[in-house]
Amino acid sequence: MSVKKIHKKQPETFKFNDKSMEAANKIVSNYPDGKQHSAVMALLYIAQRQNDNWIPLQAMKYIAKFLDMPYIKVYEVATFYSMYNLSPVGKYFFQVCTTTPCMLRGAYDLVKVCKNKISEKENVLSDDGKISWMEVECLGACVNAPMMQVNEDYYEDLNDKKLEEIIETIYQNKTPKPGSYSGRINAEPVNNRKTLLGNKNA
Amino acid sequence: MLKDEDRIFQNLYNDSGADIESAKLRNDWNGTKEILEKGREWIINEVKSSELRGRGGAGFPTGLKWSFAPKEVGSRPHYLVINADESEPGTCKDRDILRFEPHKLIEGCLIASYAVNAHKCYIYIRGEYFNEGQKLQTAIDEAYKNNLIGKNALNSGWDLDIYIHYGAGAYICGEETALLESLEGKKGQPRLKPPFPALIGLYGCPTIINNVETVAAVPTILRRGAKWFSSLGRAKNTGTKIYCISGNVNNPCNVEEEMGVPLKELIETHAGGVVGGWDNLKAVIPGGSSMPMLPKEICDNIKMDFDACVENKTGLGTAGIVVINNDQDIIKCMARIARFYKHESCGQCTPCREGSGWMWRMLERMAAGEATPDEVDMLFDVTKQIEGHTICAFGEGSSWPVQGLIRHFKDEILERNKFDPVVKKNKNIPYLVDQHLLEKENA
Repeated sequence: MSVKKIHKKQPETFKFNDKSMEAANKIVSNYPDGKQHSAVMALLYIAQRQNDNWIPLQAMKYIAKFLDMPYIKVYEVATFYSMYNLSPVGKYFFQVCTTTPCMLRGAYDLVKVCKNKISEKENVLSDDGKISWMEVECLGACVNAPMMQVNEDYYEDLNDKKLEEIIETIYQNKTPKPGSYSGRINAEPVNNRKTLLGNKNA
Repeated sequence: MLKDEDRIFQNLYNDSGADIESAKLRNDWNGTKEILEKGREWIINEVKSSELRGRGGAGFPTGLKWSFAPKEVGSRPHYLVINADESEPGTCKDRDILRFEPHKLIEGCLIASYAVNAHKCYIYIRGEYFNEGQKLQTAIDEAYKNNLIGKNALNSGWDLDIYIHYGAGAYICGEETALLESLEGKKGQPRLKPPFPALIGLYGCPTIINNVETVAAVPTILRRGAKWFSSLGRAKNTGTKIYCISGNVNNPCNVEEEMGVPLKELIETHAGGVVGGWDNLKAVIPGGSSMPMLPKEICDNIKMDFDACVENKTGLGTAGIVVINNDQDIIKCMARIARFYKHESCGQCTPCREGSGWMWRMLERMAAGEATPDEVDMLFDVTKQIEGHTICAFGEGSSWPVQGLIRHFKDEILERNKFDPVVKKNKNIPYLVDQHLLEKENA
């Protein structure tokens, strides 16, 4: 269970825009009649995307009304799951995995770079307000360790130099290329592949 | 080494694309209708005799699980739920299936849902796998377009709808009942069992929950026959498995191999060996972080299947192999795993909620050499009090790795933690206080 802080400055109102409304209605239709509560996780996610990657309390109230469920139930869900940001994050939100498989391959070097180049503390915006970073638990790409997630994209097979380059690219107003930084597009053993060679050469 | 033609996931490395045309070239959707026409009984019996065991960690026989679903649909509909909430540290096999072999999974969903009488299938994908989920959604749309699923799928008279449900970053939602809670839009806190989900599951209806790899393997098993599958590996541990080899190896990779392949062969042949050579190996976590680690002596000979791992007091789990070499601080590694469990405990049962944080703090002290020798035994004792006293298996998952550390590396911990507060510092302060706490600023 992670400790989550609600942001102090909350917006007065929140409403789904047309695009979010369409997505929300589609999600609700995925579940049987009367079981629309199931959609709460997806709706929170939609709200988060609409609101610059964080969820204000008004959005939870709005979703509670939208799904006809108690506000506290939505609040529970929003505070239980770690992917909902309850206070603003950078436009580029770096989530560096530091669980053991990544740690063994130098994830804490990445953390050091983040501290030097972005901000000394986690969840604090960089000077130009573009990037914030935090340590997270296993992101499920252990074979491509060390890795991090920026918004929805994975950046794999990193080291401190490559991460510095990525941060520099963002500071220069460009979007870095997601994926592996060692040249592979998958989880094959680099230069040592012994299986399925027929498919590779086909 | 397993022959290439016996590998189920031919596109594990995305050599030929994940779209439906390429998938059909790999024999997906070939004869699926004929398989359905052979009937429920046949499918379940074939899966039973293939001795396929669940690939999600517990290793429960899949055919048996399917047979638990009520034979007739009563007033409540049946559901099939696919567990793609892969969060176990060291494991990343389902991700490759979702992005490179989605049609195997969808075909498996059709067969499985037919076998358990379900018309709706939910695939619960962890929220971080957003891009992988989008790829799966593309494949689902392709399948709908080609009438492979949907109303009267493949003209077999069977209706099936598949929906994706994203999680939001909670490890515990990989536990099947927590997953159901999460699907219902609640906090992911596991339910008491019994009743088992096969009778009372999603929305109180009969629900069968399977791992991605299990379901994706089923179509190939039925096409090639249970005999082929059970000829691989050994009895009760049959077939192939995707092993994820990460940590201190030269070429970390995912590879599909036969069950019961020697651990040394996996590491040396496929992963390019341990960094610094085999003699530099310290320990291996064989099945994702929840399973106790193995020291080098056992790694020399162990075979990777369910029963061989149990004989060595560990488990195959999800087959996420984490290799740790001598350059690493083993206590620190385990302390980091303990921190993972402290972070991910759902907070429902006290032994787990309080215990996981306690174990983490204790291990951090041991890593820093601040603990006393008798605290090592105390830590082991506490892990025994967590294990088996919680609603779900998270209690075991968090305490087993600590037990594994103490079982195999107790000497090393004792070597580092010789500190005895009573003997060392009783000179300055004449009255009773926790001397060792005074040393710390924030105690």
